[in-house]
Amino acid sequence: MTDFLGLYNYWIVIFLMMTGFYIVIARENLIKTIIGLNIFQTSVFLLYITMGKVNGGTAPILKGSHSGESHGAEGHGAESHGAESHGAESHGAEHGQELHAAAEGHLDSGVEAVTEIYSNPIPSVLMLTAIVVGIATTALALALVVRIREEYGTIEEDEILEMDRNS
Amino acid sequence: MIEQLPVLVIVIPLMAAPLFVLIGNRKLVLLLTQLVCWTVFGITVSLLSRMQYGPISYELGGWPSPYGIVYNVDYLSAFVMLFVSGLGAIVITYAPKSVEREVHHSKHSLFYASYLLCMTGLLGMCITGDLFNVFVFLEISSLSSYALISLGKTRRAPLAALHYLIIGTVGATFFLIGIGLLYQMTGTLNMADIASRLQAIESSRTMLVAFAFMTVGLFIKMAVFPLHTWLPNAYTYAPSVVTCFIAATATKVSVYAFIRLIYVIFTPQFAFERLPLDSALMAFSLVGIFVASAAAIYQTNIKRLLAYSSVAQIGYMLLGISMSNVGGLTAGITHMFNHALIKGGLFMVVGCFALRIGSLKLEDLRGAGKTMPLTSFAWVVGGLGLIGVPMTAGFVSKWLLLTSALSLELWPVAVLMLLSSLLAVVYIWRVVEILYFSPASHLAKTAKEAPMAMLIPTYIVIGSTIVFGCWTVYSAGIAHAAAESLLGISQMGGVQ
Amino acid sequence: MTPENLIWIAMLLPLVAIALVFIIGEKSPNIRESCTIGIAVTLFWVTTRLAGFVFSGGRPSFKMGEMLPGFEIAFTVEPLGMLFALVASGLWILTTVYAIGYMRGHHEKNQTRFYACFASAIFAALAAAFAANLFTLFVAYELMTISTYPLVTHHGDEKAKKGGRIYLGILLSTSVAFFMLAIAWTWTVAGTLDFTPGGILAQPNIDGKISDFQLSVLLGLFAFGIGKAAIMPFHRWLPAAMVAPTPVSALLHAVAVVKVGVFSILKVSIYIFGIDLISETRLGEGANPIMMSDWLCYLAGATILLASLVAMTKDNLKARLAYSTISQLAYITLGAALATSDSVIGGGMHIAMHAVGKITLFFCAGAIYVGAHKTNISDMRGLGRAMPLTMGAFLLATLSIIGLPPGGGAWSKWFLALGTVQTGHFWLLAALMISSLLNIAYLIPIPIRAFMTPAGEAPMKFKEAPMMCVVPLCITAVGSVALFFFGNEIYDVLLPIATSAR
Repeated sequence: MTDFLGLYNYWIVIFLMMTGFYIVIARENLIKTIIGLNIFQTSVFLLYITMGKVNGGTAPILKGSHSGESHGAEGHGAESHGAESHGAESHGAEHGQELHAAAEGHLDSGVEAVTEIYSNPIPSVLMLTAIVVGIATTALALALVVRIREEYGTIEEDEILEMDRNS
Repeated sequence: MIEQLPVLVIVIPLMAAPLFVLIGNRKLVLLLTQLVCWTVFGITVSLLSRMQYGPISYELGGWPSPYGIVYNVDYLSAFVMLFVSGLGAIVITYAPKSVEREVHHSKHSLFYASYLLCMTGLLGMCITGDLFNVFVFLEISSLSSYALISLGKTRRAPLAALHYLIIGTVGATFFLIGIGLLYQMTGTLNMADIASRLQAIESSRTMLVAFAFMTVGLFIKMAVFPLHTWLPNAYTYAPSVVTCFIAATATKVSVYAFIRLIYVIFTPQFAFERLPLDSALMAFSLVGIFVASAAAIYQTNIKRLLAYSSVAQIGYMLLGISMSNVGGLTAGITHMFNHALIKGGLFMVVGCFALRIGSLKLEDLRGAGKTMPLTSFAWVVGGLGLIGVPMTAGFVSKWLLLTSALSLELWPVAVLMLLSSLLAVVYIWRVVEILYFSPASHLAKTAKEAPMAMLIPTYIVIGSTIVFGCWTVYSAGIAHAAAESLLGISQMGGVQ
Repeated sequence: MTPENLIWIAMLLPLVAIALVFIIGEKSPNIRESCTIGIAVTLFWVTTRLAGFVFSGGRPSFKMGEMLPGFEIAFTVEPLGMLFALVASGLWILTTVYAIGYMRGHHEKNQTRFYACFASAIFAALAAAFAANLFTLFVAYELMTISTYPLVTHHGDEKAKKGGRIYLGILLSTSVAFFMLAIAWTWTVAGTLDFTPGGILAQPNIDGKISDFQLSVLLGLFAFGIGKAAIMPFHRWLPAAMVAPTPVSALLHAVAVVKVGVFSILKVSIYIFGIDLISETRLGEGANPIMMSDWLCYLAGATILLASLVAMTKDNLKARLAYSTISQLAYITLGAALATSDSVIGGGMHIAMHAVGKITLFFCAGAIYVGAHKTNISDMRGLGRAMPLTMGAFLLATLSIIGLPPGGGAWSKWFLALGTVQTGHFWLLAALMISSLLNIAYLIPIPIRAFMTPAGEAPMKFKEAPMMCVVPLCITAVGSVALFFFGNEIYDVLLPIATSAR
């Protein structure tokens, strides 16, 4: 039961994905199709972002530089990345205990043990790119719809196909 | 400088594109675009020639892999980049007169900038070793091609572009979902790293779903039957130059991504033994070849005819890939190269017809054999290549496919493959008969021969289909090396 | 001049001809034609010199390089190929002279394209004749199809288009669907495609890679795939190609296209299968196992008879000659299928005999068309008075085709008949005899009626075809009789192909 509810983020993702996909396929109004496409893409954003959240993890922002660190922020960042990779390896929604221990154990060696759990920043970063791509796509699609409107006088797909068939 | 070549091949066109938009003067932009394209071609040639010393690995920003993004150049990526940039350069040399006629003056700088962006995207997909980077470059090339297609003359161009956009974005998003799931499983985005980590995991449902999403996404991009519906309209209504370039390159680069997916990341053992992907692929390819070739026979628009032919030819490439031995993979990769040349050449011929006759309907091309003899002869030679007559590039791919199919005792595949090439005879020869045996149509009678500036690049490409039909050291030879290294990798399975 | 050099020089000459013809173009037809004739004469000289080496036992070879990894374009000359090359190069000279007369007498257009395609067809024929492996042969075979298409559709009208469609359709379909498959299968089983005395399939058959029944199927794929041999039911392209101008028909039906077909069948039987393998492989158990090529023997026999019967119904002279050709080609296929030493040599001889005889008949048909504008046999009564030389030549050549001495065809028929007796195919012996009778029935009446005066009309005045048409056909007519007297020499020359198999 906890598994079912615990996976609630995936259920939302699936719902949005199917809604968006349905709108793309079934709707004849071009603008609505583009909105559907947007919803579809948004669901994927959610998939990634929720994937990155670690149970009990906080925002992945380093607080200043820690004293005595010889590696420097780079090394710390690399280590926590390594820890996060280890963490992400445990599939699905199994965050938590193991990760905590692993992070702790990993960071213990020769560095000030900072028992901070960070959420994985990578998926959010990836989605920044994807959101930008999505914006560009939407902008391009809307520009095309404007041109189609100029040429055909309508944005209903069935009417457009009718006009093409007759011409 | 030499060490930076892998990144320069992306940076140069990428930086040039917005710069050219700012410059604005269309004649200057044209010249500079041609310069950039030929420079990029030169870089890819030099990269390929370095492959004899072993693959190159370039870390962006000095970040070590698997943390940073890595550009990997090996035989396969260098080969694909070579013909993508080569065709990009030749087509842009051929382009000016055709673009003059088909695209409005005010859009020229944007046209050339988008062209460069498209090429950047395609080259990036080939060279990168990071999976998310593949998605980014895929979208770069797709978005710019949507823009390019929409610049066509008729009012159907933006509609075709929009349809392509919607279907293409769905495909790319599927690919993205697959990447996400893979990232969840392995925690890394570096392709080689993913491969080695996947080895440790016994097949899990997430892996299967990831594979399925990525495959379907790439199927859409490759225009595999039945997900090919965007292609005929997109190719037909785009400006001639755009069709030349995209038909020759875009789908092939997606095939390349598919090869990487199967042979590097997921390994053929997973794809072909645990899943029945080989028989599914063979079935889809063969059905696609027959249906698309049959559809091509009934077309009245010459570009749409060639578009359906392209869908069929993708089937041949996938047929080769599905036979997971060196011979089959070599055949598939060689056909990527050969088809790029043949289809690029044929579309360039069509562009010449479009320029002089002003129509793409077959009935308007009647009798053009007399008034435009050189252009028509180029069609005959290119067409023979598509049919697969010996001494043309098409024969090389067909022969390689045939011998691999027989060595694997896949008799039905071999027979069906041969029968399907007879369909190509029908639709190619229909056009030949229309060009040479029909009384001239009104438009064809008054047409002049195509300008030298367009004929010479066309003949260079068509001529190369004959050259690479007789001298295959650099086509089949390199493909063979690529296939061997791919199968070598997957045999090692990335165990580290 | 080493024999190896002679090989590539021989093949280069037609290519030079193509270049020269295109360069000179329409600017000066006389220079253009003399270039072609000059090169044809040079080519004949080169081939006779090469023949000197080959017929005394030499087997010169020349490799061009790998076209595909593992498949190379290579040339090795052996007696059968040498004979074919001699026939092709010799008749090229005569056909060119004849074509000059015909094309000019008829005011044909596009003569540059015509002579250039002619040269490329000869190039393809030589490449096939000298081919050292199946791959090279296939490349040359397809090249021949492509280069003869513009010749067949020369007139460019609706009829030409339809004829060209059947021509290309049948030839390309059979070669892609069957021939290519057969070659790939052979390679998969035998690991090589080289023409080897004794064949390359015997060892795989023993090793079990290909069963006896599969050998028979493979033979079928080759026989039907080599559509240029016009075995029924893939023979329709031959009469369809009659839309071409007569010099093209002469070239197609005597020199290049059809001879490449039957030549390929002979080469495949002798050097890929091996005549021993064909004659010794039996299918079926029990008291009467049949030869694996039995079905092909009977199919060839049926083609011989059926084509002759159809020929009798045709009033158009060229159509009648076309069906006669289909029948005569089946003789050679029969020789290959019977797979005895004599039948194979008979088949090889028939390449030469039939070529010379048939080309004469076609030359005559064209001369009659140019000189008297007649195409139907029923109109040709009394024509002998107007065109005595033409009709006389026709009569001489007919003897060779029928197989009566002193026509050269008598020898090849004799050896083929020997082959049928040696393998016990007495029905086929009967078929050969009946077909000779049929040949008499549909060929002899033509010249006989021509020399008779039409009832109640005055005899026609003397009006021969242009000299450039008449001279070649007289030469070939005399040749067809002369070959009779060289029968022994030709036999000796071809003997190695049958005996080296042992």
